[in-house]
Parts: sequence; C-alpha cells; structure tokens
Amino acid sequence: MNLWLRRMVPLAVLALATTACSDGGSSSDENDLKGKTVNVIGTWGGDEQAAFLKMVEPWEKETGAKVKYTGTRDINTVLTTGVASGVLPDLAGLPGPGQMAEYAKAGKLLPLDDVLDVQTYQRDTAPALVELGKTDGKIHGVFIKAAIKGLIWYNPKVHDYGTNPPKTWDDLMNQAKANQGRAKSVWCLGLESGAASGWPATDWIEDLVLRTAGPEVYIKWYEGKVKWSDPAIKKAFQMYADQVVANSYGGGKTAVATNFGNAGDPLFANPPGCEFLHQASFITGFSQFKSHTAGTDYNFMPFPDIDPQFSGAVEGAGDLFGMFHDTPAAKSLMKYLVTAPAQDIWVKAGGALSANKNAASYPDDVSKRSAQILADAKTFVFDASDSMPTAMNDAFWKAMVALTNGSKTIDQVLSDLDNAQKDAYTS
Amino acid sequence: MEESRLLTAVEVVLGVPAVLVAYIWLTERLLSPAGERWQRRIRPWLWLLPALGFLGFFLVYPTVRTIARSLYGRNELDQKFVGLDNYRWFFTNGDALGALVNNILWLVFFTGFTVGLGLLVAVLVDRVRYEALAKSIIFLPLAISMVAAGVIWKFMYDYKPPGAAQTGTANALIGAVGLGPVGWLQSPGFRLSTFALIAVMVWMWTGFAMVIISAALKGVDPELLEAARVDGANEWQVFRRVTLPLLGPTLAVVSTTMIITSLKTFDIVYTLTNGNYDTEVIANLMIKQMFTVGDFGRASAVAVVLLLAIVPIMAFNIRKFRAQEAIR
Amino acid sequence: MTAIATPKAPGTRAAATRKPARPRRRLVLHLVVVALMVVWAVPTVGLLVSSFRPQSELSTSGWWTAFAPPYHFTMDNYRDVFQQSGIGEAFVNSLFIAVPATIIPLFVAAFAAYAFSWMQFPGRDVLFVVVVGLLVVPLQTTLIPVLKLFAEWGLTGQFLAVWLAHTGYGLPFAVYLLRNFMGSLPRAVFESAYLDGASHVTAFFRLAVPMSVPAFAALAIFQFLFVWNDLLVALIYIGLANSDNLPMPAAIANLVNSLGGGWYLLGAAAFVSMALPLAVFFGLQRYFVRGIVGGAVKG
Repeated sequence: MNLWLRRMVPLAVLALATTACSDGGSSSDENDLKGKTVNVIGTWGGDEQAAFLKMVEPWEKETGAKVKYTGTRDINTVLTTGVASGVLPDLAGLPGPGQMAEYAKAGKLLPLDDVLDVQTYQRDTAPALVELGKTDGKIHGVFIKAAIKGLIWYNPKVHDYGTNPPKTWDDLMNQAKANQGRAKSVWCLGLESGAASGWPATDWIEDLVLRTAGPEVYIKWYEGKVKWSDPAIKKAFQMYADQVVANSYGGGKTAVATNFGNAGDPLFANPPGCEFLHQASFITGFSQFKSHTAGTDYNFMPFPDIDPQFSGAVEGAGDLFGMFHDTPAAKSLMKYLVTAPAQDIWVKAGGALSANKNAASYPDDVSKRSAQILADAKTFVFDASDSMPTAMNDAFWKAMVALTNGSKTIDQVLSDLDNAQKDAYTS
Repeated sequence: MEESRLLTAVEVVLGVPAVLVAYIWLTERLLSPAGERWQRRIRPWLWLLPALGFLGFFLVYPTVRTIARSLYGRNELDQKFVGLDNYRWFFTNGDALGALVNNILWLVFFTGFTVGLGLLVAVLVDRVRYEALAKSIIFLPLAISMVAAGVIWKFMYDYKPPGAAQTGTANALIGAVGLGPVGWLQSPGFRLSTFALIAVMVWMWTGFAMVIISAALKGVDPELLEAARVDGANEWQVFRRVTLPLLGPTLAVVSTTMIITSLKTFDIVYTLTNGNYDTEVIANLMIKQMFTVGDFGRASAVAVVLLLAIVPIMAFNIRKFRAQEAIR
Repeated sequence: MTAIATPKAPGTRAAATRKPARPRRRLVLHLVVVALMVVWAVPTVGLLVSSFRPQSELSTSGWWTAFAPPYHFTMDNYRDVFQQSGIGEAFVNSLFIAVPATIIPLFVAAFAAYAFSWMQFPGRDVLFVVVVGLLVVPLQTTLIPVLKLFAEWGLTGQFLAVWLAHTGYGLPFAVYLLRNFMGSLPRAVFESAYLDGASHVTAFFRLAVPMSVPAFAALAIFQFLFVWNDLLVALIYIGLANSDNLPMPAAIANLVNSLGGGWYLLGAAAFVSMALPLAVFFGLQRYFVRGIVGGAVKG
C-alpha cells in the first residue's frame, strides 16, 4: 500500500502542477491553502470512506490543507436542514439530480464552470454524466463515482455463459431454462434494502423499458412526460412480473424479504438456487461475491438486447458531488477530485467505477470490463428512478415492493404511480 | 487541544450546577426585601425561568414556526400562502389514512404492552433474589441504538423460502414445530408486519416503563402493605387495593409517555419497512415529506396533526393532577 | 433481598413477620420471571453470537448453528470496528457530549419540578400540561430554526450546541417525571418544614432532592442513553460544521457504506458502544432499592 502511494503521489503532484500552470498566475494560491480545511459531507462509509480519504491524501500532502469528512446515510436530512438554515459543508455528496437542481435554484449550490478544468473534464467524462450534472446550463455537480446497472451475474462453475453469450432476451431465457435442470429457478431476486426497499426492482423495470421502448421514451418517462399506464411502460411491468418474478428463486414473497446484497447467495449454493442475478457493478462488494473470486467463481454479461433497434443502450448511476462554499481550498479540492490520478486511487480500492475514462487502475477483470462498457456505451442513460423527483422515486420503490409481493396487481400499481406522478412533478 | 476540551467539560459539569444553584440562591436574596405576597407571586417564575427558557427556545419557538409554516407552500422557492391545502392533502391521502389506523394500533398495543409488562416485571422481580439481573436484562434493549436494534431484528425476522435453512430466529422457532416460514415484516394481512414492528418497540421500551414503575414501587411504604395483610387481605388484594392505587400517578406518567412515543414512532418503521406492507405511520410520513420530498408545508401540517392528537391525553393529565392535588 | 437486609430499612420488621409464601406460587413466580428474561435476552444473545461470526456465514445459517461444529468464531468484526478511523476520538467526544448533557437538564428540571409541585401560582396546571405536551414535538421540526440561530451565534460544530439542545429536548420528560415524583411526596413533611421556618431553598435541597433520588437516577439513565445513542442532533448541530467533534453513533454509522455493505459490523459496534451505558445502569442500580424514600422521610 505504501509503495503504491509513493508511486501515486508524484503523479498527482504532477497533475496538480500542470493544471496550476495552465491557469497561470494562480500558483501562489498553493501556499495559501496551508492549514486550511475543507469540510466534506457524503454518503460514503466503511470501505468507501477509506477509499475517499486515501483519494484526498495526495491533495492534502501537496497543498498542506486538510479534509474533514463526515459520512452519513441521512444525507437528505442533513443537506435539507443545511440548505434551509444556511449551515453547509464546503463540498458534499448530493442525494440525486433532483436535489441538485433544487439546491442550485435556491442559490446554495455553486456552479463549477470556473472551478473545474472544463475542457479536460468534458473530454474525460461520459457526455451523459456531464449533462446530468448541469442545472440551467451550468455544471453544478460532478460524478465522483459511477456504476453500471443491469449486469447479469452468473456462476461460471455451474454454466459458463461466457463461451456463448446470449445475444437477445429470448436467447437468454431459453438458455437459462434449458440449463435450469440443476438450478431451482432462473432469477435470483432480492428487493429488501431498508428504507430504500424496492430499488433493485426499479432497475429491472428501467432496463426493460430502455430495451423495449428505447432511450427516448425512457427519458420522457422519468421526466414525467409519459404516463405509467402507457403501453410502453406497462409492457416492462408485464415482462418483469411474467418472466422475472414468476421465475425467481422462492417467488415474489422471498424476493421482497431478501436483502439485495444477499440475493446472489443461491448462485453459489450447491445445488444452485438460480442461474442469474441482475444487479449493478457494485454487487461485487457484497456477501458471497465478496468472499469469492471475480472471474472464476462469478462473472457477468451485459444485459442482452430485446428490441434490436435499441441495441447498445446502457444504464448507469453514480454519486453526484457539489460545492456549497467557494473557498480557495474547496475549489482546489473539487478540481483535484475529478482528475484521472485522483479517480485512479478511487477505482483501485475496488467496488466502484470512475466517470473519468482515463482512470484505469481497476483491480480485477470484472471491474475493468464493466468500466469498458461504461466507456463504450453507444447510448448512456442515467438511472431513471434516481432522476425522478424524490416523491416519484419513493412511490416507484413502494410500487415494486407491492407488485413483487403480490399484494397489488400491475394495473393497481400503475394507477397508483400515475396518481403519484400528477403530484410529484407539479412543483 | 485535548486538555482544553477536558477543562471545558469539567467546567461545564461542575460549573452549570453551581451557576444554577447560585441563581436560585441569588433570586432568594433579591426577593428577600420584597413582601411575602410579592415573593409568593414572583418566586415560582424565577424557579421556572431556566426550564422555560430552554423549552421556549428549543421547542416552543420552532413549534410556532411549524404551525405557521403548515399554511404555506412546498419550500423556500415556492412559499405562497395555501391556507389549509396541506391539511386537505393529509386527510385525502391514502397513505395517511393507513398511517392513522396503524398509529391507533401502535397507541393501543404498544402502550398496553409496555406499561402492562413493565408493571408485571417491576412487581414480580421485587420478590426474587435475582432482581438486579432480571431488571438488567429487561433494561438492556433500551441501551441499544436504533441502528443496532434494526440489525438485531433483521436477524430475528429473517425469512428464507420454504425448504431452505431458516436463518431468522423467529422462523427457526416456528419451523421447529412444523410451521412457517412467515415473512414477518412483509405481511400486510391482518397488519402482521405492524404488529411485528410493535413487538420490536415493546422489546425496547418495556425496560423504560419497568425502571420508572419499579422506582415508584420502592417508594411504597411497606408498612401500608403489611397493615393490609394483617387485616387479612391476600397478595392479590394487597396489590389491587393498596399498591396499584399508590402507583396510579406513576402509571399515568408512564402511559402518557408511551402514548406520545407511539404517536411519534418513526425510526423502527423507517429502518425495517419504511412504511411498506401497510406499516406506514404518521411520523414517518412527516419525515419523508420534510427530508425526502422537501415539502415543508405538508411536513408541518402532519406535525400539527400530531400536536392536536395529544390534546385529549393532556386534558386527562390535567384532571389527574387536580385529583392528585386533592388527595395529597 | 439486599434492601431488606439493610438494618435501617423500614421494611425489615414487616418482612420478618411475613408468612412464607407457598412453594408452588413461588415456582410459578420464578417461571414467569425467568421466561420473560429469556424472551428478552434472546435477540441480544443472537446479536452477540453473530458479532463473533464471519460475515460470509451470517446470511446462510442461523446464529445458533455456531454452537455446533465446526465452531467458526472470529474477532474480525471487533477488530474492524476498533480500526475504524476516529473511533477512539469519537468515544471521547461521546463522553464530552453525554455527561454535561445529562447533568444540566437534571438540575434545570429539578427546580421547575419543585416549583410545579410545591408552589402556588395562577395557571400552574395548564402551564405544566403544556410543558408535558411538548414531548410530542418531533425533534426533526426543530432542527432548521434552531440551527439558523446557532449559526448566527457561532455555536455550530461546538459541544455547547448539543449540550444546550439535549437539555431542551430532554426537559419535558424530565420535568414530567420529577414533578410526578416530588408531587407525590407526603405533604405533611413539607408543611411541617415550612412551619419550622424552612425556606423553599432549604426544603428543595434538604427534602425534595434527597427523597427523589430514585427518580433522579432513572432520569439520569434515560437522558444519558438518549444522548449517548443520539445521531441526528449531533449530525445536524455538529457534523455540518465540524466533523472532529462527532460522537460514537456517527463513527459507527460510518462502518456501513452507502449501499448498506458492512452492516455485519454493526453488531460488534453495538456491544462496544453499549458497554458504558450498561455500566452506568449497574452503577445506579443501588439507588433503586426500597428504603431511600422512607428513610429520608423519617430521617
């Protein structure tokens, strides 16, 4: 670890020096930062917190400034209170694009166009992510870390789908059913996630909408311009109910009671409980994935096409990061965080992808491949539920729980969601 | 740095009580030249002043703002007067009505079980040698943070499909006699999940009721009990006729506190189900509106509904105090 | 029973003359008490056992299977908790926060409770009920207005902010409980003291406070626990401005990542953070015995 740090520090210093030079005249700022602190609040805890602190270490060494980091899972509470009362950290992880826009409109979240090296940032970052960080045409948020949603995980020791990867959804289902002999079901499914229960199923719907109705409908849908009861959206719910829940390990009742992190456990059981788990790239940090080896014990394939005209669309998500106080130290840290050397440290810790294409120090083949998908995506769309107003997102989660549990029918949840949509987008 | 912090802490721990005692002493000195009548009129307010100051600042002032805020729109960007719209939203919202039903279940069963079991434990352990141990075990859950309680009860209520090895204690137990498995937290039928959540809070708060009731029980003069026994009363009659009436005011305090706790119930619902499976409660709705949705108008309206809900309980308390005054 | 063995306790004579209870009823008594103890202990024991199990087994087998071979126990979870950055400082911060935040409201509430119990003034009952009614105010609704004022006064990020805040939030219950206890003390004792020329200050310190020791002990425990386990108040009034001063619950919450990974460490963390409050409870147990009130009355 130390050795590696020693290698990284000069790199980061070099990067800082070059950016400082290109600014011209601002090099005297470097000394001014000594002894300054930057207050940062984010949602990262545990391994993520450790990775973040490691990521800012070279910056601290270089500038002599210090980062004070507070991690909390109550970021909504903390920032809502902070924005309303004017007590805010210098930099913060933002709950989502919706809140970002709200804080920006309230004048609390500051634009970053003069803070970042915009040209480099735009060159290094997936355009969809750059776009999502904008409010009123100005960059207000950057993606510190990203994830690819909708990967399909399997156990190559049971069946190695890598040798003949299914090209289409039907192909996938046929192969799975043919292979199912030993497994109890096709899909492992787990929706439980405490207060956010239901989100893994919203990812399902999103992937299905994206590949049956295409990115345009997808975007209109999360913008509130397509009704939930629209046939294009309803089709995805139908597919989810008929092909996923109906073929899931233990059925819908088990799925709602299973934590998403443990949902993949039956993949590793003997005999296996399921053939596949549909989950984002970050699942490798959880439960059995964590104690098994990437590539040999588990592997993934991208979500197959359903309607060929929408081939190559990929859904991702990420953690937005923004600035509330434009102190010189905060600006300097912000600028540093999106650079490739900083991002490299972050991805090296594992479990996360970088929005920066030049960060390439992925620790294993699986994360390297998922980063490649992110970089190569023909159409990249952001997680729809995360892009919806929070009231809509919350209703979406709940609807998926009720539908999967069998306590509501598709038509019932869609009409609930239509009602929620009327209310959520008005303000 | 560390030393100066320690110094501050010591100063506060010793200083604040000293200041308060000096304050009372000083007010008495200042009052002494005044006439007896004036002393009587002013003194209570001087004794109350520190408490009222704190309450005024931390609770009354924000509450007044909440009440005013409930008549306005969503947030700072949209702060127009909307009259009773937020209340209309609350009373026409499907979730809110379900939450009201659940809060009534909470009120009845949570209060009933915590006070009932607390009383039972306090009375029973008073008669055994291992009282301290027994009380500590019942008390223990209160010392557990909500986060840890969430983890504990995920272990308790864990559900695996039929046929698989159950890892949850509750399902393993009923599985041992051939029943289940049951998705305790995922069953809207008969509001089973709400009862499962109430059980968690009963587990946590019975120790609270027990400690207070037990403290009061220890204050009951044993000679009163003995007198009743000498008069030929059996243990049950002694309890029913002597102990229980003496505990009355304490039971009222505990019940009132538990009722208010049940109305404010939020964290356990938020952590374990977040209102899914028909477990929504009013306080969770409020917090969701405030921090997730960011609609301060609606959140404030829900808070005001909570305030209004306790008016009858407080009226009962006034009567209770007056009665207590009369017999004392 | 220890209290009865104490010679000064007034219950001694009564206990000595009590008829021995019938053995069968004693058995039922023991069965009920032990059953309640077991039911209450099982969840915690489950967590305690789980906190010593490796995470890969937690989701696949129940905690009781740990007692059958192969005995897979590990200290890893505890090691990870202690290695969490800043957990030591957080523990010290927690102490700095909890001790004053327990003592201040106790004193403030005691004066108020005495005034409500033993002084006459117009509007007393209504005012008291309003104070109790404030119990229902959800803490969350107070955060924004209070934080705004704290910011104006430069208090954000400081311990003083949470000391004051916890005093405010703890007062309604403290006043309620103490008023109930002080109010139920025998009137005759106070009246004879006043007749002997005792002032309210004397009556407060010599009679009301010593006779209310069990109530103070109970209150101290509750307030201490509430503050010790509080995350929200600390996060808002301290965390937004100065993370160096954050207490244990914040450090513990940070064991878990943004997606909930690492939750299995929370069990070990819970036992680490519970140790002190439990010690406080044991320490205060001796104030929960019979005789304190009666003894004070007669002494």
